[in-house]
Amino acid sequence: MAIIEVAGLVKHYGDHTVLNGVSFTVDQGEIFGILGPNGAGKTTTVECIEGLRVPDAGSVRVCDIDPRRDDDELRQLLGAQLQTSALPDKLTVREALELYSSFYRDPADWRELIEVLRLTDKADAQFRRLSGGQQQRLSIALALLGAPRVAVLDELTTGLDPQARRDTWDLIERIRDRGVTILMVTHFMAEAERLCDRLAVIDSGRVVALDTPAGLVARVDGEQRIRFRPSAPLDPAALTVAPEVTTAMSAGEQLVVTGVGNLLLAVTTVLSQHHVVAEDLRVEQTSLDDAFVALTGRSIES
Amino acid sequence: MSALYRLAAVETKLFFREPMSVFFTLGIPPLLLVILGVIPSFREPVANLADSRVIDVYTPIIVALSIALFAFTGLPQQFATYREKGVLRRMRITPVKPRILLGAQLLMCALLSTVTMLAVLAIARVAFDVALPEQLPGFLGAYLLSALAMLAIGLLVAAWAPSGKGAGAIGTVLLFPSMFFAGLWIPRASMNDVLRTISDLTPLGAAVQSLQDTTTGQLPQLLHLTVLLAWTVLAAGLAARYFRWE
Repeated sequence: MAIIEVAGLVKHYGDHTVLNGVSFTVDQGEIFGILGPNGAGKTTTVECIEGLRVPDAGSVRVCDIDPRRDDDELRQLLGAQLQTSALPDKLTVREALELYSSFYRDPADWRELIEVLRLTDKADAQFRRLSGGQQQRLSIALALLGAPRVAVLDELTTGLDPQARRDTWDLIERIRDRGVTILMVTHFMAEAERLCDRLAVIDSGRVVALDTPAGLVARVDGEQRIRFRPSAPLDPAALTVAPEVTTAMSAGEQLVVTGVGNLLLAVTTVLSQHHVVAEDLRVEQTSLDDAFVALTGRSIES
Repeated sequence: MSALYRLAAVETKLFFREPMSVFFTLGIPPLLLVILGVIPSFREPVANLADSRVIDVYTPIIVALSIALFAFTGLPQQFATYREKGVLRRMRITPVKPRILLGAQLLMCALLSTVTMLAVLAIARVAFDVALPEQLPGFLGAYLLSALAMLAIGLLVAAWAPSGKGAGAIGTVLLFPSMFFAGLWIPRASMNDVLRTISDLTPLGAAVQSLQDTTTGQLPQLLHLTVLLAWTVLAAGLAARYFRWE
């Protein structure tokens, strides 16, 4: 069942078209990712869903609510973590949670939330004294405080160190296990690959692909690449005999072999026939990064 | 506890965590009163002030000043800083309404400036033998209207200011001429007709005169009540119209 329906969103800022017909649906209980380079229109898309922006054309429905019509009800059902927002510097974690609880009809138990978010021992700390990761976790707690059916998380792990990022990923999975549908914006491939059930890749205001992470990878030619240092000199031509091998060439001391199918087995078989051992062997497979480049024609960081 | 009271309580706690603003808004009015009160000649009757003492004339001025400090400096700067830093943006995605946010700010400022007013009146009475307001309901009514008018102007500054610093600057720029027309440098009684007419039309001038009238047992003048009400309606209307979350 679709809990978020987005159809034909168009948004212009002056002459600049930010969204140019964005459509997708998010099912109940899904972790749905919006992936795209900076300026692709990701944040504008979620801001239309959150009711913070009014699209020039197209429609949005969240739990069958039109964000433009029934703002009050939407605020009760949708929790959001925004990219640029803050709390007063000297407000404590406990005060923030008690305050925000008073805004909701039927708030979640904030003590339990900060237990899950490992902030309990910071309950009396002021916002300015929290680390980046702790502020981010408090921001998630505030997003979940209204016991929402949908949580929108925008660039959640930007600015976190790798460990904090992995902790946050575990946390998002736990939130989903509580029955919350999650819509997340990201530009980290690893995050999208690890967490999302489905992904919409947005580029220049359009959805260029909508699929599971594995489905996106499979769209790209499944060519593999193997690199190794042969223990004894070996003519690359000896490797192209195997049908799985497409190309084989020397690169300094290394040999680089590309091909399809069970390429690794084919290469090691040829090597053992020539009594050569492969040292420092690495197999490179197509990643979501490659899929992204194939879909948008550029790397996500560009 | 409802969102309004919870917000007002949290804002009050946050206010007391900033010692500098506590000093400037809560501390200055009583301090100014004491400084004026210790000058011996200010405690002697003066012929051209209708035989009242300077300290008697200045007590209502300082009461009005205590509202103005909150309304023109504390409130706009705080609110505009919240907008600048994304505090308001964070609240926008919760069910809380702008009128609750503004209402909580007004509630806090009204309560704290009332505390200052009571402190100023008590010090004036005990230390300098200044008579308490004779027309008490009139005094409280004039005080309430004055507070509403000035706080509404403060909210309008908050709505228009580009940033927290900008709001602080605009508020300070407003504060000095307002204090002049309130009679802080030249009491209204010593102003020439042109200055006094301008003063009648400013929120602080109207506030001071209606507080002075009620202190000496008269009813506030219709002119000053109308001026205060007009400022309230105009500024509050514009502040609501130009309210921005971000």
